[in-house]
Amino acid sequence: MDAELIAMQLFSGVALGAILIMVALGLSIIFGMLGVVNFAHGALFMIGAYAGLWVASLTGSFWWGLLIAPIAIGAFGMLIERFLIRPLYKRSIDDPLLLTFGLGYVLVEAVRIVFGSDGIPFQTPPELAGVADLGIGFFPIYRLFVVAVVAVILVLLWLGLEKTKFGLIVRAGAKDPQIMRVLGVDIAKVWLLVFGLGIGLTALGGVLAAPMRNVNPEMGSLVLAEAFVVTVIGGMGSLVGAVVAGLLVGVAISMTALFAPEMATIVMFALMALVLLVRPHGLFGKPVRG
Amino acid sequence: MTVSDSSVAAVMAGRAGHRGWRARLTAWRVPLSVLILCLLPWVLPSQALAVNVLIYGLVAVGYNLLFGYTGLLSFGHAAFFGAGAYVTGIAIGKFGLPWYAAVALGVVAGSALAFVIGLLSIRTRGIYFSMVTLALSQLVYYVALQASSLTGGENGLRGFTVARIDLFGWTVDFLDPLKKYYVLMVFAAAALWLVSRILNSPFGAVIEAIRENETRARACGYDVERSKLIAFTLSGLICALAGTLSALHLAIVPLDILHYQTSGMIVMMTLLGGAGSFFGPFVGALAFLLMEDVVSLWTSHWQIVVGSVFILFVLFLPKGIWGSALAWRASR
Repeated sequence: MDAELIAMQLFSGVALGAILIMVALGLSIIFGMLGVVNFAHGALFMIGAYAGLWVASLTGSFWWGLLIAPIAIGAFGMLIERFLIRPLYKRSIDDPLLLTFGLGYVLVEAVRIVFGSDGIPFQTPPELAGVADLGIGFFPIYRLFVVAVVAVILVLLWLGLEKTKFGLIVRAGAKDPQIMRVLGVDIAKVWLLVFGLGIGLTALGGVLAAPMRNVNPEMGSLVLAEAFVVTVIGGMGSLVGAVVAGLLVGVAISMTALFAPEMATIVMFALMALVLLVRPHGLFGKPVRG
Repeated sequence: MTVSDSSVAAVMAGRAGHRGWRARLTAWRVPLSVLILCLLPWVLPSQALAVNVLIYGLVAVGYNLLFGYTGLLSFGHAAFFGAGAYVTGIAIGKFGLPWYAAVALGVVAGSALAFVIGLLSIRTRGIYFSMVTLALSQLVYYVALQASSLTGGENGLRGFTVARIDLFGWTVDFLDPLKKYYVLMVFAAAALWLVSRILNSPFGAVIEAIRENETRARACGYDVERSKLIAFTLSGLICALAGTLSALHLAIVPLDILHYQTSGMIVMMTLLGGAGSFFGPFVGALAFLLMEDVVSLWTSHWQIVVGSVFILFVLFLPKGIWGSALAWRASR
């Protein structure tokens, strides 16, 4: 087992982790603000991949797909929040969860009707195909690109949350929506935007993942479980936790794939069980009451 | 106080028998259920549908013990349903055990799995619980996928057809659909009696108290974690039993039985019928499977219809069919 192979595998783990970060961040932001666990998150990831594929084939350019699909699916997410989830805020926390599960069920079947049940291969855009020599080994350019895009998004998110007025409102609203209402902030509008943002992030993850995986209606179900594992390990509602745990899980999966391929899908669950035993509220989460 | 007074009042009324018809319904719930189950193969369009209602109704009854009565929304019950089915199939097919030993083994294995998953997931509170149960049950799914020499992997488990059921010199032809139905029904009836017995016991009152107000139940001195774990394991036990019946019935165990979509189906059935009511889960399983049956006559995409109906129920009729009927009757 030479060092180059390990370095390459480590890097694919980071690329895989980058996708997981996009999905888990969306999940975590929505939960942190709205207190809703979105069970349709995997289905919206899958829809993001299909939307990217569709726009790319219409315009003939991957870049339009990458730009338009997340925005369009984010807008679709806002419709979901406005018309399906908003009526449930006063009810038990289980109700939005049940509703989004049903929604995921419907969305997967709708995609099967429109695009068929078989997978569609998604070509890596020609300008990002091939490998680059980084001195320590050859790395697929596309994966470097994915990691770069996710890094840029993370910086933008951080700046948006820490340095803008909207970010201030979001952070304050996550702590105490009641006070924000008293201060005259239209919290419903903030929640709408935050839900759209969270869905846009997972859709972006879907478009980015498309050339690395086969695009099929079931691709969201594995991602949903992976995103849950990442969120539980990182701590629900913690953005730093989502990033750290996403990388951790990505690297754990790809390193296990190298040494014990049959354990690759299992290792992240074992990791989660371990975290649950030691720190039930996740690495970066705060202990929750009740 | 976070509990709505009307729901507490409803529980009290049900228990104290202030509303006569409701108390009578509760007292006769097991014989009534069994009577209805006896009639199912004769009133439903096909016997295959009747067996499915029996098996999935039983899973939903087991699930309801946790979701409806203890108030814990698990998304991992496919694991116990599947474990019961797989262990029974493997015991018969690979080890040549008699059917009754295989059923017993399946139930024990499924309950043991429920105990372990419960132990891990009950450490988490609130919203985490659903995610952790889903993730842990997906772990079981991937283990079954990888251990293909034992489970058949993606092709499912095959080759363990039970042709005859014999016990104490009695022999029943298990290939006759109607006789098979009634054999399976005996198990379901026993399980229903057990669930009714649990709900009537002091323990049943404790889990309902936890559902209504966990903090208060804890303050009253009840060991909440322990009660939750027992409820989780018992609920897994009923689901595992349903799994063994499914294995005996189909003579194959598809891998999808372990997928979280199966858990979701169980959740949907329970909610459609009415979580927290004794008859609800069977009504829900019947409604779900009838919808599937009818809609698949004109489109293979029946899931889009069933899923949409489920969304409408969450939005407008969260008590489900049976639960809403009870509430409507009580309000008159």
